[in-house]
Amino acid sequence: MKINIKHIAKLANLSISEEEEKKFDRQLSIIVKYIEKLKEADVENTEETSQITGLENVTREDKTTSSLSQDEALSNTKNKHNGLFKVPKII
Amino acid sequence: MSLNTLTIKKAKEGLKRKEFSSVDLVKACLSEIEKRKSLNAFITVTEKEALIHAEENDKKIKDGINLSLLGLPISLKDIYLTKGIRTTAASKVLDGYIPQYNAAVVNKLYEAGAIIIGKTNCDAWAHGSSGENSDFGPTKNPYNEEYVPGGSSSGSAVSVAASLSIASMGTDTGGSIRLPASFCNVVGLKPTYGRVSRFGIISMASSLDSIGHFTKTVEDSAHLLSVTAGRDVDDGTSPDEKVDNYESYLGKDIKGLKIGLPKEYFSEGLDKRIKELIEKKVKELERLGATVEIISLPNTEYGIACYYIIQPAEVSSNLGRYDGIRYGSARQNFGAEAKRRIMLGTYVLSSGYYDAYYKKAMRIRTLIKEDFANAFKKVDVLITPVSPTMPWKIGEKFSDPLSMYLSDIYTVTANLAGIPGLSVPIGLIEGLPVGMQIMGPHFSEGKLFQVGQVIEDSEL
Repeated sequence: MKINIKHIAKLANLSISEEEEKKFDRQLSIIVKYIEKLKEADVENTEETSQITGLENVTREDKTTSSLSQDEALSNTKNKHNGLFKVPKII
Repeated sequence: MSLNTLTIKKAKEGLKRKEFSSVDLVKACLSEIEKRKSLNAFITVTEKEALIHAEENDKKIKDGINLSLLGLPISLKDIYLTKGIRTTAASKVLDGYIPQYNAAVVNKLYEAGAIIIGKTNCDAWAHGSSGENSDFGPTKNPYNEEYVPGGSSSGSAVSVAASLSIASMGTDTGGSIRLPASFCNVVGLKPTYGRVSRFGIISMASSLDSIGHFTKTVEDSAHLLSVTAGRDVDDGTSPDEKVDNYESYLGKDIKGLKIGLPKEYFSEGLDKRIKELIEKKVKELERLGATVEIISLPNTEYGIACYYIIQPAEVSSNLGRYDGIRYGSARQNFGAEAKRRIMLGTYVLSSGYYDAYYKKAMRIRTLIKEDFANAFKKVDVLITPVSPTMPWKIGEKFSDPLSMYLSDIYTVTANLAGIPGLSVPIGLIEGLPVGMQIMGPHFSEGKLFQVGQVIEDSEL
């Protein structure tokens, strides 16, 4: 099964070099071949597990509590303007 | 005697009897950290803050205030958010990141009087089993600096093994506490999933991440868990389950205890010397009154494949937030292992592949969970090796990712099933440490400490 590394990298928003592309293609192919092992297992009548300790619908009261101030929230970026995060143009 | 070599128990006694101060303890640790710089166990040493806190705690001690961890220097894996203290996840992406808040567990440690002495080195983003994937250089094994200390909580294991701190906090998603504990001759606990809050700890795989710690003794491990365990409203996966009195399990015998040895964990692939050492220890436990039964966990062979689908899938989602907008630098600064896992995860979740890989892995996860549930109907605890091999030389497995992944073979199943696991030292083979793993049902940490301490006290 040939992995389309370029396509995957695009989906993952990762820019990788030609050299990296070749290396990852090689390494990921080996790993994917190993995980194909799962094909041997019979799971026809088995449910999926995503929450391992059986918790469901964990909620809290809809009350606001203290959080970060605007300055604190912006403290780890240079991309800010007028108390807002600056992002690349999307539209 | 060097104060940094004390256990939590002995350090607390000494502080109470005024034999030394918290400042003395911190200074001893700082001096050892400097002496053992070559181990590369720390990314940030919080020397100034630690000494200020130590002075404050000495006043509290003088005033007769009694807190669980008062005056004790503890280190944290550098994925624990610490307010005002650089937190890097051992990655170039977060090199300048200064958190604006503490992880919930960090607040608990502070409230218990603990002193944070520094942030330890680890595999970047907790991706790794050896400590070699750090963007800040590999950590070395204190028993032989040419060998790996295990990962991903490499620096934390070394921090305790080399007495650079009295205890250390780590995380375990597929074995990242139990494996380095085994390689560094210290006690490592992976609690039940959700037992300790994950809030404020950089997420790797959210359904697998478990928050645990390294200590010099089983007794210390029980003491530390009684501080960190408990419900947290900010972590939706932390249950209401009452926190057990872990220290009440210490000093109990194991007469009538039913131990299970899963045959799949003792087959070919396991270093014969490790197998012999474990068998010797188990015979000793039988002599002390336990019964031993060979059982089967039939879906063990799918563990690694299942884990290396679910974990990278969740990693690819969790690392999506590092877009360089609110914090961190560009995504091209991710190291090779992070990129591999992000891409593997993206691939197994992508259209056309989701059912064949991710959905299937989620079902196999159910089978693995059921294997353990069935086993625990017959036995109280399971004993297994932690690692199929002894620690390897730095660089030996680095260019073979799959070989690195296969070293997790005995540890990933506990994360898939959400059950707790304790790694206890059982000796050295040619100068390098070996650990043994004890696993139990959800929330059975007390029983693990009970068995662990008996193993610790037993003679070979």
